[in-house]
Amino acid sequence: MHEIQSLMAGFAVAMSWFNLALMLAGVSLGVLIGVLPGLGGANGVAILLPLTFTMAQQPGGTTSAIILLSCIYWGALFGGAITSILFNIPGEPWSVATTFDGYPLAQKGRAGAALTAAFTSSFVGALVAVILITFVSPIIARFALRFGPPEFFSVYLLTFSAFVGMARGSPFKTITAMMTGFALAAVGIDTVTGQLRLTFGFESLLAGFDFLIAVIGLFGIGEILLTIEEGLEFKGTNAKLNMKVVIETWKELPRYWKTSLRASFVGCMMGIVPGGATPASFMSYGLAKKLSRDGEKFGTGVVEGVVAPETAAHAAGTSALLPMITLGVPGSPTAAVLLGGLLIWGLQPGPLLFTEKADFVWGLIASMYLGNIVGLIVVLTCVPLFASILRIPFAIIAPVILVICAIGAYTVHNSMFDVWLMVVFGILGYVFKKLDYPMAPLVLALVLGDRAEDSFRQAMLGSQGDMRIFFDNGLVGTITGAALLLLFSPLISRALAIVRGRGGRSG
Amino acid sequence: MKRRTYAKSLLAAVIASAFSVLTPALAWEPTKTVEFIVPAGTGGGADQMARLVQSIIAKHNLMKQSMVVVNKGGGAGAEGFLDVKGAKGDPHKIIITLSNLFTTPLATGVPFNYKDLTPVRMLALDQFVLWVNAETPYKTAKDYVEAAKKAGPGKFKMGGTGSKQEDQIVTVALEKQTGAKFTYIPYKGGGAVATQLVGKHIDSSVNNPIEAVAQWRAGNLRPLCVFDDQRMPYKAKITKDMSWNDIPTCKESGVNTDYVMLRGIFMPGGVTADQVKYYVDLLEKVRETPEWKKFMEDGAFNQTALTGKEYADWVAKAEKLHEGLMKEAGFLAKK
Repeated sequence: MHEIQSLMAGFAVAMSWFNLALMLAGVSLGVLIGVLPGLGGANGVAILLPLTFTMAQQPGGTTSAIILLSCIYWGALFGGAITSILFNIPGEPWSVATTFDGYPLAQKGRAGAALTAAFTSSFVGALVAVILITFVSPIIARFALRFGPPEFFSVYLLTFSAFVGMARGSPFKTITAMMTGFALAAVGIDTVTGQLRLTFGFESLLAGFDFLIAVIGLFGIGEILLTIEEGLEFKGTNAKLNMKVVIETWKELPRYWKTSLRASFVGCMMGIVPGGATPASFMSYGLAKKLSRDGEKFGTGVVEGVVAPETAAHAAGTSALLPMITLGVPGSPTAAVLLGGLLIWGLQPGPLLFTEKADFVWGLIASMYLGNIVGLIVVLTCVPLFASILRIPFAIIAPVILVICAIGAYTVHNSMFDVWLMVVFGILGYVFKKLDYPMAPLVLALVLGDRAEDSFRQAMLGSQGDMRIFFDNGLVGTITGAALLLLFSPLISRALAIVRGRGGRSG
Repeated sequence: MKRRTYAKSLLAAVIASAFSVLTPALAWEPTKTVEFIVPAGTGGGADQMARLVQSIIAKHNLMKQSMVVVNKGGGAGAEGFLDVKGAKGDPHKIIITLSNLFTTPLATGVPFNYKDLTPVRMLALDQFVLWVNAETPYKTAKDYVEAAKKAGPGKFKMGGTGSKQEDQIVTVALEKQTGAKFTYIPYKGGGAVATQLVGKHIDSSVNNPIEAVAQWRAGNLRPLCVFDDQRMPYKAKITKDMSWNDIPTCKESGVNTDYVMLRGIFMPGGVTADQVKYYVDLLEKVRETPEWKKFMEDGAFNQTALTGKEYADWVAKAEKLHEGLMKEAGFLAKK
């Protein structure tokens, strides 16, 4: 059990007052970064990276430096949920799926419950991932090596399949929304040919449509437009304002252990592979809706619909650090910046880091446990405070939200064009709501579209156009098979019903 | 009348230049925050170098004003270069380059050229190394290329970062010299390429040293040759029995190909010589710090660092080289 010994040594490194203070500062800053849409964890960490440079040159300083930066990351993971639930504005890409049930919950006056559920399940997801990192990291690192382009494509296919058929209403509207998302994702440079696509000679379109801008516009601005039309008030004003709500929600949470377990598994897998926290949250939500007993009620404001994406997002976000440490491959944009940080500090992420810099690695792992506990305490004590924001009259809060959205859209690329783009997406979001088009498929296609396309075309390049590569080995075959099964599950269940002679009424 | 004004301004210029010699404080320096543009995303090689420069400047108080790093990587870096091109005469903006300074306008037709910018100085040259999985039998570049030729065109997979960018250009140059034909598979980052090679999803890569060194030391990858006209100078042992210096040049191993990537600094067009000199000196101070030296050694960089006319000539030559290689490969944008 040398892992336990190493971990204890790690705690000894991480548990100094200085490091604990850094954790508190990092987490608080991270929550703030997470709350502001646009200013993502990656940006936040990148901005603070130079500050850690001097710190990292003191003896034992690299551990303190990584503690500060990783705690910003944990904070951002927690914080992303806050605005998703309160205002339907995802603060981070991985909290888009949290809006599906979090926001309806807040509108029902259960914002406190939604926030508590989100924070607690984030913590659970992270804990599972850290335990995994502590005990089985060498095995997992080897697993990640088995992922080539076909495997990645099959994972993305699985995400799409888990999501298809999720939306109520016309399947054609879902398809329209998803295809719009794919079209938007195609704008900009095409990584496989190195050519520009669909920019029509406009320089502003060179960078393509950023997922964050679309999300801020579609969800945030669109929601405000709708609220203005419906009578200038938020519906969640009767939110409870004491800590009792935390305890009450905790009593409810153990009921969803199956969903938590599934979400942790999905999250860890997507983090390690590395697919990232955003697809993990979507896939987990889609699976939970399909497999849960209360699946029908998803989207109307059920706590389980918050548990699923949040657990997966945090599990993925945490386990994304594993491929970074052991392989030098960042599992998320934020991990990419952290990786750059390690190199600047003179550390060499890769297979030997565990043996050569054991105190650094175990200090980091110990700080994952501590940082998440600190984070949970910080955000949970603030639940009543956050929920009480909904008591502020809409006429005051709406302009504030608009300004925050605009700043957020600007910070993504430091470009004024993006702010206008956000407004356009806002109007689109309003029209979508009015015409009852689902927005989630559009967002999903926008965030995963080009990645799925890249891995598909890389796979095709490698196999010289042979589609059988998606069933080439046990791993990719299983994932592709599962994806196809999920994709056609409505048809299959209908066919089964017909065979049993009960007619095709379910649909 | 006109003559007199001329004489007057000449006099003024003489006095001003005399002053600037006597009191160096009058030399130009930034009066507000300097924007350091990275025409690539966060976490990559250019981004790391820019953030290191920013950290060193802050730590050693080399500049009174502060410096911010801004990533503008859209359109394979076109976003960043167009931003600097549009900031004509603005001395508070500098940009670090990758090979995309040349490749992006050639491949996409986006209207910018290194001539739109003012060259400041070269910081270093990034090396490319031919890597294979350590479990394969190839011991030299020649072995590997022969095997690729024997297998037939397109059977061996070369992985690299981006499309029609430096990694693919090296591949094309290699193909041109040897007659072997690879299937080039573009990925998004160098770390991912190294991992794909360890996982045997590709047969070789042309990763920069820093992208693959960890896997080399762990015994997963094997370097075959470096694409430069001389060996890397670093003699400290990286693995049990090899240093960077022990890797032969590709020329030595019978594969006559070389390619290095510019890590240089540019400013917008229309800035004064004084302003350029400020950044040349500032970056010289950065290059003298121990932190910079360690970074150079860790990444096994070629430390050539030209300034002034030599730098401008180097850049002009490099553009010619890229244009030639890309033209032959059919990578030029259709006009």
